[in-house]
Amino acid sequence: MTEESVLLAHGGGGILGHDLIERVFLKHLGNPVLNALEDAALIELTDERGQMVGQPALTTDSYVVQPIFFPGGDIGKLAVCGTVNDLAMRGAQPVCMSVGFILTEGLPLSDLERVVASMAATAQFAGVRILAGDTKVLERSSGDGLFINTTGIGLVPPGVQISASAARPGDVVMVSGAVGDHGLAIMTQREGLRFDSPLRSDCAPLNLLVRVMIEACPGIHVLRDPTRGGLATTLNELAARSGVGFEIVEASVPVHEPVRAASELLGLDPLYVANEGKLVAIVEEDDADALLRAMRSHPFGREAAIIGRVVAEHPGRVVLRTLLGTRRVLDMLAGEQLPRIC
Amino acid sequence: MRYTDEYRNPDAARGLVATIRGRVARPIRIMEFCGGHTRAIMRYGIRQALSPHLHMLSGPGCPVCVTPDGEIDYAIALAHLPGVTVATFGDMIRVPGSRSSLQEARAAGADVQIVYSALDALERARREPGRSIVMLGIGFETTAPGVAASLVEARELGIGNYFVYSMHKLTPPAMRAILDAGEVRLDAILGPGHVTTIIGANAWSFLAQDYRIPCAVSGFEPLDILRALSMLADAVWNGNPQVANAYPRSVTSQGNTKAQLLMKDVFETCAVAWRGLGEIPSSGLKLRQEYAAHDARLAFDPPSAATAATLTPAERGCRCGEVLRGVAEPPECPLFGGVCTPARPIGACMVSAEGSCAAHYRYGGSLD
Amino acid sequence: MCLAVPLRVKSIDGTVAEVELSGVSRRVSLILTPEAGVGDYVLVHTGFAIGVLDEEEAQQTLALLAELEEAGRRLDEEEQESHKVPGA
Repeated sequence: MTEESVLLAHGGGGILGHDLIERVFLKHLGNPVLNALEDAALIELTDERGQMVGQPALTTDSYVVQPIFFPGGDIGKLAVCGTVNDLAMRGAQPVCMSVGFILTEGLPLSDLERVVASMAATAQFAGVRILAGDTKVLERSSGDGLFINTTGIGLVPPGVQISASAARPGDVVMVSGAVGDHGLAIMTQREGLRFDSPLRSDCAPLNLLVRVMIEACPGIHVLRDPTRGGLATTLNELAARSGVGFEIVEASVPVHEPVRAASELLGLDPLYVANEGKLVAIVEEDDADALLRAMRSHPFGREAAIIGRVVAEHPGRVVLRTLLGTRRVLDMLAGEQLPRIC
Repeated sequence: MRYTDEYRNPDAARGLVATIRGRVARPIRIMEFCGGHTRAIMRYGIRQALSPHLHMLSGPGCPVCVTPDGEIDYAIALAHLPGVTVATFGDMIRVPGSRSSLQEARAAGADVQIVYSALDALERARREPGRSIVMLGIGFETTAPGVAASLVEARELGIGNYFVYSMHKLTPPAMRAILDAGEVRLDAILGPGHVTTIIGANAWSFLAQDYRIPCAVSGFEPLDILRALSMLADAVWNGNPQVANAYPRSVTSQGNTKAQLLMKDVFETCAVAWRGLGEIPSSGLKLRQEYAAHDARLAFDPPSAATAATLTPAERGCRCGEVLRGVAEPPECPLFGGVCTPARPIGACMVSAEGSCAAHYRYGGSLD
Repeated sequence: MCLAVPLRVKSIDGTVAEVELSGVSRRVSLILTPEAGVGDYVLVHTGFAIGVLDEEEAQQTLALLAELEEAGRRLDEEEQESHKVPGA
């Protein structure tokens, strides 16, 4: 028996297209709104009395990761977590999402189903409903595989004002756990490198952690997930947006041993490697202990650590106290991180 | 013992820094030959910790940086040939030739693959007998033996679709060329630890004998570097030029003779051009006659790639050449940090992680 | 230079060794270092072991560094008394 694959006709709106919706998408993602197959979903953002329960937040992102399955996750899990996390970085809890698939013909249907099932499980875990979807199929010559766009709507609880521009001198900078796991898990899987490693992506929906954090400390100034470009790039963005400087202590940034090892082998710096389940939090010094305790009480923040401080000096720049105790500038990532020999 | 963490102890580093400062009567000028040292010195903030007692100058020890435009253009032209896959270490992919880079060639449809080892490229050739796989042989004495080993295996197994485009270069001739040019005054030289693991510390004796300059061969952990620098400070203080081995866990006086023999079996020396240094006699490695069937220079004759009407880096004012000779510091280049940044490099020294411009840009920024 | 990393030899099969660092492992060629044995640390560059690390030499270097560590710690204490180090 040959394996069933995605065909151009699956994206054509005919019988095959309906077949795909029924057999794959509704099977896993189905709910009363999606099952109705209307052109647009209607969303409730109010409580039973018709009151808005927070300020709506909107975000969108596209996912093109290769390979589509990797240790610790897959493109479907990533597409849910990424959008949920973007909402969470404003303090929002997700309400609903849309999903757009771009497939190339020849993709095994079993791969697609695995990705969709993973999205469904992740969405349920994060507490977000998928209320709208779309699929397009491209010719094989247009590239390889499976790409996903997700758009999410969330609600920011009243009184929460989290923003990338809200860091103030004297604040404390924290990270929710060890950095570098996602990027290196992907890179060691790529053909041509052939490393065996226990590395797993840290891909996780951070709204669950953020809920606990806001309960403990509603006045959090900044949240940001250090995805592409890693922790160093995120810190630079935040320093620039807030017009402040950061003093970061290299030795206090948690990095798992296998990540350190793989980084040395490939000539990479874990501070520049992507994460998909970590966040940077910036709070007033008086709130730092309570927030750290709250983060460490949650499975996604167990290895949370204070890594530095916000200062008024050198606005827009991040200064790193190195392992040797010397100080240097920690810059943004330039270009992409590539394995190197020299 | 992990052979890494033990050599990063901050207290020992402070002790060494204090020792070095106490041993330096006047500011001394030390060239770190190797780009790996440049990167480690900047990354760990060693340069700042020792200033103004020691002035560190970067040498030409970054294989990517010293590869001249013509060789990169040739590699790009190879990648555009139908049926050809160019396999390369990741370092090379963003390096600009005179008009383009391998990265841009890949975007334009050329088949360019990143490999970790020449053996991975050989494996690809075995898997894809219908395509010609050309491994870009870049690097110094550390890297050339592995590429030589892949050629021996290709010949033994009869893998006729595996080719090497050798751009390998030898380090002692380049060091000699810099000293002979007499453009920079050097008090001492920090010797490259991994090159010397292969060629042996004796290969640097000429520095002390012919030029009366002390050399200390160093590893790449911060304490390795600081220890070597303290030995150099002593040697300058005592006026006693000799070659010291500050990396004895890896470096011997004779080096890895097995690797040296393999290199000699497969390659012969030739005159080659270095970016910034010009042509240096007996400083390059080309495939011997016995390996002619695997020599990409002989097997392919790609049309010249340079046609676009853009300016070359040199025409735009890039001073990579002087930086590589230790004559200019990166910030002295008019392009540095303005139009030339690691994200949009113009010169090769801004591309490689261990290029001195990239290292200065990334780690050398002012703290004020 | 050349990025070369010390890894521990886990097993050897002919001229190929399985080497490891903190759980990350890869097969590398021992063609340049046939003298390497299981348990040795080899310096790995582009998939080849280019040298076997000498434990005795490494220990001697560390003993020298340990003396400096003591000196450095004293400097540290002096400096901490003179001014407080910023940072977290």
